This record gives sequence, C-alpha cells and structure tokens, in this order.
Amino acid sequence: MSSTRTIKADLLARVEGEGALLVKLKGDRVTDVKLKIFEPPRLFEAFLRGRHFSEVPDFVARICGICPVAYQMSAVHAIERALGVQTDPAIRMLRRLFYCGEWIESHALHIFMLHTPDFLGYPDVIRMARDYREVVEQALRLKKIGNGIVTLMGGREIHPVSVAVGGFYRVPPKSELRPLLEDLKWALDASLQSVRLVAGFEFPDFEQPYEFVALSHPDEYPFNEGRLVSNKGLDIDVAEYEEHFVEQHVKHSNALHSVLRARGSYMVGPLARFNLNFARLPEVAQQAARDAMLSVPCNNPFRSIIVRAVELVFACAEAIRTIEAYEPPAAPRATVSTQAGVGCAATEAPRGLLYHRYRIDDQGLVQFAKIVPPTSQNQKRIEEDLQHFVPQLASRPTDELTWKCEQAVRNYDPCISCATHFLRLQIERE
Amino acid sequence: MNSNGRKKPKIAVFKFASCDGCQLSLLDAEDELLAVAGAVEIAYFPEASRSMAKGPYDVGLVEGSITTHHDAERIQQVRRQCHKLVTIGACATAGGIQALRNSGDIDEFVRVVYATPQFISTLKLSTPIAEHVPVDFELRGCPINKNQLVELISATLAGRKPNIPTSSVCMECKRRANVCIAVAEGIACLGPVTQAGCGAICPSFNRGCYGCYGPMESPNTVSLVNQLRNLGQSDPQIARAFRGFNAWAWQFRKTAEECERHE
Repeated sequence: MSSTRTIKADLLARVEGEGALLVKLKGDRVTDVKLKIFEPPRLFEAFLRGRHFSEVPDFVARICGICPVAYQMSAVHAIERALGVQTDPAIRMLRRLFYCGEWIESHALHIFMLHTPDFLGYPDVIRMARDYREVVEQALRLKKIGNGIVTLMGGREIHPVSVAVGGFYRVPPKSELRPLLEDLKWALDASLQSVRLVAGFEFPDFEQPYEFVALSHPDEYPFNEGRLVSNKGLDIDVAEYEEHFVEQHVKHSNALHSVLRARGSYMVGPLARFNLNFARLPEVAQQAARDAMLSVPCNNPFRSIIVRAVELVFACAEAIRTIEAYEPPAAPRATVSTQAGVGCAATEAPRGLLYHRYRIDDQGLVQFAKIVPPTSQNQKRIEEDLQHFVPQLASRPTDELTWKCEQAVRNYDPCISCATHFLRLQIERE
Repeated sequence: MNSNGRKKPKIAVFKFASCDGCQLSLLDAEDELLAVAGAVEIAYFPEASRSMAKGPYDVGLVEGSITTHHDAERIQQVRRQCHKLVTIGACATAGGIQALRNSGDIDEFVRVVYATPQFISTLKLSTPIAEHVPVDFELRGCPINKNQLVELISATLAGRKPNIPTSSVCMECKRRANVCIAVAEGIACLGPVTQAGCGAICPSFNRGCYGCYGPMESPNTVSLVNQLRNLGQSDPQIARAFRGFNAWAWQFRKTAEECERHE
C-alpha cells in the first residue's frame, strides 16, 4: 500500500499577490494539483462600467503595482481602436520606451529578487546579499534604471500619471532623455553579465510540449502590436482573440483560467515571446542567447530565467535605440473625439500577453470591459507542469519537494494580484 | 543582533486586497533597501521571502483593504502580533479603488466578472484597516511615496512622530514653482483638497490632480465643487472625480453623494 502525501505551500512566497498550492500524491503518482488563488476579488471589470474612457488608464494601472504600464498600454490601444484614434509615430516610439522601462524594472526584480534565490538556495534576496553583495547591488541598480525611465516619462515608477488616450499628458524633450543613455549603456553590459550568471545555474531536466502564444510583429520584438501567433498554427488578428480563447471559472480560484478552445492550456510570457520571435531580437541579444546555449525552441520552463535576462538585454538595447532616434511628436496626444464603439488590444506585459476589450457609448462612458491578464492564461499550464514535474521528485523529502514546486511556479513570474484581478503550496501524500 | 549588541527590531509586511504596489515601494527603495535590511530584521514579507518568522513583530506594515470574512478575522490576528501597526496606501487607509463596489450592488458586480458567482465569497464593502482594528499611523497614497515610507519606518523605530505633511497638493505645486493649471488653463484639479505627498506630479504633467492621496486635513470641498462647476464641469463629472482611489474616505464620499443628488 503506497503512502499518501499532501504537499502544501500555505502562502506562496516571492510572487506578487496571494495564493496557495496543493499537490496530492499517492506514492509517486500525483492525484491532484490545485493552484488556489485566494487574492480577494477586486471586481475591476464591474466598476469600470460608467466611467469615462479617459479615466480607464489610471484605473486599470491599479490592477497591478508591478506592471501598471502594461495595463495602461493595453487599455489605451483598445480604447483608441474603439474611438478610431490615429496616433503619431513618435508616440508609438515613446510607448515602446515606456514599456522598456517596465520590462527592465520587472525582469530585474523577478530574476534577482524573486527567482535567483531558488537557484542559489536562499530564502530571499536579503540573505543572498550577504554572500552575493555585488550581484544584488548590480541588480538593484538595473532595476533603478528601469524605474528611472518610467519615472522620467510618467512621474513615478508605480502608477505613472502620464499615459492618455491618444498619447501622453506630457512628452519629454530630447534633452531629458539623452542623460539616460549613459546609465542604459551600463545596464546593457550588466544585462549581458546577468545572462552569463543565470546561464550557469543548475536546471532540472524537464521539458513539456508547450503551446506558446505571443504577439509577433514583422519588424520588431513585440510590445504593443502584432498578430497573435503560436507554435501550433495559431495566427490571428487580436480582434479574433475571443473566438479562440475562453475563460473558465474553477471553484478553487478567484482567478479565471484562460484556455484555447481548440487545444486547452498554453503558455504566455518570456519563453513564448523568445521562441516565437527570436529572429526579431537585436544581434546583441541573439548572441547573448547563443552564448548561453539557448536554442529555439526552449521547452524547459526553468530556463525562462535565462530568457528573461536575454529580454533584459533586448530592453536595454531597445531603450538606447529609441532614445537615440527620438524626435518629439508635434503634440503630446492626438485629438480624441467621443463616439460609440468597441475596441480590443493585446500587449506584452513583462509576464505575458495582456488582453483588454471595451465597449464605449456615445457619451464616452464604458459600458463593458473585459481584461485577461497573463497569469490567468498561464494558470492551467502551471498546474499541468506540476503534474508532470512532481513525479520526478516524489521520493525527495517533503521540504525539498515543496521548495522545488514553488520554484516551478515562480518560473512563470505569476502575478496573483493581476489574475484576480497566488500562492500557498500544499502537498498531500496518501 | 546589530553592532551595538541590541536586538534588531522585527518588521512584518501583510497584504490584504490590493495591487502589491505599496509593499513593492519597499523593494523600489533601491538605494535604501540594503541599509534598511541591515538595520532591521525583515521577519515576514512573503512577497520577498519564503522564510516567514513567527510573531510578535515590532512593526507591522499593512497593505490592502478588508473585503472578505476571512480577511476581517485575519486582521485581528495581525493586530495582536504587532506592537505598532501602520497602514500603507489608499486601499489600507480608505478601502482603495475596490471600494467603488460600496456604492454599487455587490451581487451584480460579482455576476459581471465571474461565471459562477457562488464560488466567490466577498463582503459588500471594501473597508480600510482602521474600521477593524486600532492603527498607529496611516500613510496615504495610491501608491505611497517610498521616501515617506522610509521616513515612516525610521520614525516608528525611533519612537518619534513621522514627518508627513497633511497640507494640500497646492503647497507642493507652489514649492515646484508650477503655474496653477486650474487658474491658468482651466483644467479641473483636486489638488486644493488632496493631501500632499506625491510631489504634485499630475499638475507637473499638465493634468489635474486626481486625488490619489485622499482628503487633506479639513478639505474645503464645497468651495472646490463650485470652482469645478465654474470651469464647466457637470455634477456627474465632479461626482466621478471624487469616486476614485479614495472614494470611501468620508469627505470625498460625502462630496460625491451631494453632486449625485444635484444631478
């Protein structure tokens, strides 16, 4: 008679928001995996109704303190489509730069402060700093440089105030952006070093036949635009998103699970973007990936930490390119006239695809809002990863197994605050 | 133990309904983080560490609002574990943006978002921490200002009153030498009734303050409502402006309700 074990993390650490993980084992066989999200529902899609479209970018930022820019970007693009607004190409460039800032800040936070401690065997970055002071100081400076872009363009790093439908409330003159270049050149070097550091970690031998989903643009690594593609034949306009993806409400979670109608679970985020858009990375990032022995496709989710570092290289290089080419737009934002309409958009938040749709009435008020955050989309895939990963480790002591399961969840940089608009770990052994 | 041989004060960070942004402010204090971590023992901070030391704690920082029965019980336990309890951010001090449910129908709200409403357990109201337990200090803002957070932690540990002004955003505009956007450009601005702390960011970005630090001490909202009407704002517009990130703060709530009655 094999014994039953329950492995649980009652409060999953080093993720944004609150959730728990429950894994039930009968011998080496996993009988149940549940990622429970008990982050309380905040009901954004309900209270956005009746608000003016101009208020939406400020409101949706509050879904997530780690990636407010992502929420603002998806929102303004969706609303601009609903209202038929055309933006200046310089606004498009500034939005890419703004997103670079958030990617640098969020990736530096996740790589070094949330994920690296797992690989080096520390409970947190503070204790890691006792032995790896230089690494942590470098990470903090990287993060600060990312935050510096967001603060310069948006007034503050969390919930920046400059994003408007049609553009920005204020755009920086060239003279304000230029001084960032020196720091960004340092950041590019530091990112290259980061790729080398994390590529040297030990990775579990674990691969899955993922369906990766990301935006894809013919000329550039995706931020705000592109078609929605996958490695299993999906190639659609974002307007068709809801024909192909559906949200399911499961009892154990306050976050909805998003699945592909045709094929079930899928993965969004750095690994998906990298596998689908490698050719659009600048040469410096491609070379860093090759030096780190990363090849396309990478199907090992633990290696996502290297991919995140490669994306750091990309974001620094892209920020430099954007600032060097920057010419301010004629006006900070396009004139927006109120009309009734429906618009949707998807952009690439640091942790993956973020979809928004709004219906706006002839007074400019929101009648309907739908928001699908990256963690909702990854949630089912995280549970499936654990179902396959746990049996490999079933013979290990519960403490070690619990930590490894947490690490497997952190591969996804889950943001539970976003997904409920995540994590206690519980492993039951029968 | 620190170098004087005294035991380091234990700090804990607790989260309720929120976006995580205010506790992230601690990690965003990149220049101070390692110094703070050297001066205190960060004993419980699940967003940053999987090592969670048991209480009691010297200082508890609480982010987020109370929106579930479970959280209403949890905050009682948290209070018992913390010698000093300080709340950080608009969710913890005023119920946050999710308090917009308070003027709506919660069952209808849940039905709008979730396919199976019976799986969801949530309270009708989103309420600030101080409606549930005594609070030693409330740090305002959506999000909080990280310099104010570092000042609050230092002051609390030193046993002195934190230097956090309760004047209006207008004072910060004056200090930045901003031309008043309401007077010069007729832009609607909540600065005259909103507590300082952000550094008057919005007016510096050519837009009106949207009140994310909540009501200042004794705000003259009646006068501001008249001024906003003179600028051509409709009562529904004014009501919406006060129904934002601090909608449940009583001064803003009352003003919004009055404007709604006027409609």
